Amino acid sequence: MIKHLRSAADLDADTATLILDTAGEMAALAGREVKKLPTLRGRTVVNLFYEDSTRTRISFEAAAKRLSADVINFSAKGSSVSKGESLKDTALTLQAMGADAVVIRHPASGAPHRLAQWVDGSVVNAGDGTHEHPTQALLDAYTMRSRLGKIDGLRVAIVGDVLHSRVARSNVLLLTTLGAQVTLVGPPTLIPVDIAAALSPATKVSYDLDSVLPEADVVMMLRVQTERMQDSYFPSAREYSRRYGLDAPRMRKLPEHAIVMHPGPMNRGMEIAPEVADSTRSTIVEQVANGVSARMAVLYLLLGGKA
Amino acid sequence: MTSYLLKGVSVLGGAKQDLVIRDGIIADGGKADETIDADGLVALPGLVDLHTHLREPGREDAETVETGSRAAALGGYTAVCAMANTSPVADTAGVVEQVWRLGREAGLVDVQPIGAVTVGLAGTQLAELGAMATSAANVRIFSDDGFCVADPRLMRRALEYVKAFDGIIAQHAEEPRLTEGAQMHEGEVSTRLGLTGWPAVAEEAIIARDVLLAEHVGSRLHVCHVSTAGSVEVLRQAKARGVRVTAEVTPHHLLLTDELAASYDPVFKVNPPLRTRADVEALRQALVDGVIDVVATDHAPHAVQDKECEWAYARPGMVGLETALPVVLSVLGERWDLIADRMSRTPAKIVGLDGHGGELTAGSPANLTLVDPSARRVVDPSELASRSRNTPYAGTTLPGRIVATFLRGVPTVLDGKAVK
Repeated sequence: MIKHLRSAADLDADTATLILDTAGEMAALAGREVKKLPTLRGRTVVNLFYEDSTRTRISFEAAAKRLSADVINFSAKGSSVSKGESLKDTALTLQAMGADAVVIRHPASGAPHRLAQWVDGSVVNAGDGTHEHPTQALLDAYTMRSRLGKIDGLRVAIVGDVLHSRVARSNVLLLTTLGAQVTLVGPPTLIPVDIAAALSPATKVSYDLDSVLPEADVVMMLRVQTERMQDSYFPSAREYSRRYGLDAPRMRKLPEHAIVMHPGPMNRGMEIAPEVADSTRSTIVEQVANGVSARMAVLYLLLGGKA
Repeated sequence: MTSYLLKGVSVLGGAKQDLVIRDGIIADGGKADETIDADGLVALPGLVDLHTHLREPGREDAETVETGSRAAALGGYTAVCAMANTSPVADTAGVVEQVWRLGREAGLVDVQPIGAVTVGLAGTQLAELGAMATSAANVRIFSDDGFCVADPRLMRRALEYVKAFDGIIAQHAEEPRLTEGAQMHEGEVSTRLGLTGWPAVAEEAIIARDVLLAEHVGSRLHVCHVSTAGSVEVLRQAKARGVRVTAEVTPHHLLLTDELAASYDPVFKVNPPLRTRADVEALRQALVDGVIDVVATDHAPHAVQDKECEWAYARPGMVGLETALPVVLSVLGERWDLIADRMSRTPAKIVGLDGHGGELTAGSPANLTLVDPSARRVVDPSELASRSRNTPYAGTTLPGRIVATFLRGVPTVLDGKAVK
């Protein structure tokens, strides 16, 4: 088993599949009256969050607690971090406290890579800058497999602000590893340069959402921050929504079986219309539930559990 | 003054000969007090660096004029040009004279201050360029390095103004709006790493504009740290038209590529950023062709805490004085005349440093360095004489060892060690 999960590229197909299978076992647990496993009793998991992200933090916290780990939440606000302590000194502190795993959310790309050089425990990337968010990709893959029965051969469209999206990068890497065909869709300003060469040669790019939808098994809408128009990535929220938003008429272009995903939080009316978000195709709430199972599987396997 | 006999030395790779250094100059034979067995060693004119950050005044925790001078001497340099982005900025006669005086006191290399183009490097108002030119520091090169003189009207005025005292504007070519938040070269690797890209066009657009401005006003332009293949083409065309432009390339841009950022170790973060293999190849060819005139180190020492952090929060820059010649040797091979030209003669000519970059013949000032080309060295950051440790070559084996350096006949380095 790998030691750290810094990038979805750390996972080969076998490892990724093992995590998804384990997540399935963990999900079965959620139906029981007692939702807790004793597996990580006596182990310490630190949630080191340099960005506000209540959803991700509580998802990891729930995952660690269901495995009976001791959880320490270390938030940048109200801690020594806001007094200017360096990541290295924080790492050495966590090291001295005996953290077995550190889950890190950080605004700077690559912070988990730096952290892994300074702590002995496992490092789990819970989102770093505009780089990656590998557990999101795992829970997305788990959701696709639950709904559609497989990942190999699926045609997945990822739509929106790919340039600034850590979710998109991790998804492209993981889905390609698992045999899906990914098409990135968005205005050219929000598609990063050389994306196929950077992540996977099979990745396709389209600027036309309408032409992609009839061929998609999965359409994943990314959050688009309205501030981006200040930087001239697109002219207005209205124009963005018209060209790249998923509304009800567009949703009808999808094949019957296709699902609609969103990593949240959503901008309803911007990248996704409310009737789409709330439709039966939408997996948005399932994704949240699956997040706990996927993160349980990651912590369980990284910390030496047997599948 | 001790005289030295360099026995069996090869001047620029030529046949073995004896060279006598006496009274600060290369003597026409005769006896000497000390003999150095120079069998197998190559003598080069003392190297001249057009682009050094000595950090004093202001960041003496990263480097001082003295420690930087020692690093320079150990790298084979006899003269370095100290960049103006100190604190306070070298934008007045007072600051450039202070740096110049500190260099004299250290006495290990000639320290030639570069003056800022604009007050506080702020890019809005010309600094007193004339006062710096006529100061004891005798400033000829002016640069806001670290920042681009982005305002085209201000750049035009600066180029025109320094004609009165044969000055040069050395431009840090970086269109600031195209590089907001930039962390590394924009391309495949920046996309994979999720780091904001620094597009090649941000450099090329400024160089293209500036060669046109220099041509328009008939002034001298020097382009700092050229890093892209596209910049090389702009310079090639400008030179073919007769524009008075010179350009430098750093050792690291001749050797390293953006792939190194994948470690997220900011020791590889530098501005302009490491580029692609194709850029490296174009820069090497341009250096050989003379489209790029000189190798300049952009020696940029940084304190440990400014590098031992997240990539985005780290300061850009690498130390380079002690590894420049070995890197160039590894890139160009033992083409000694070419190396002497790009690392000594031409930079000395550009900055107008008399006595540096001369021929190693009788009567010339004895500014020279002795290199053992057969030696191999594994770079160990802890062994650097620089006060900072941010070398990108840690653990790399590089060819060539500086055995001795002489500044006006006085050894600053003997047996590979600094004399003081």
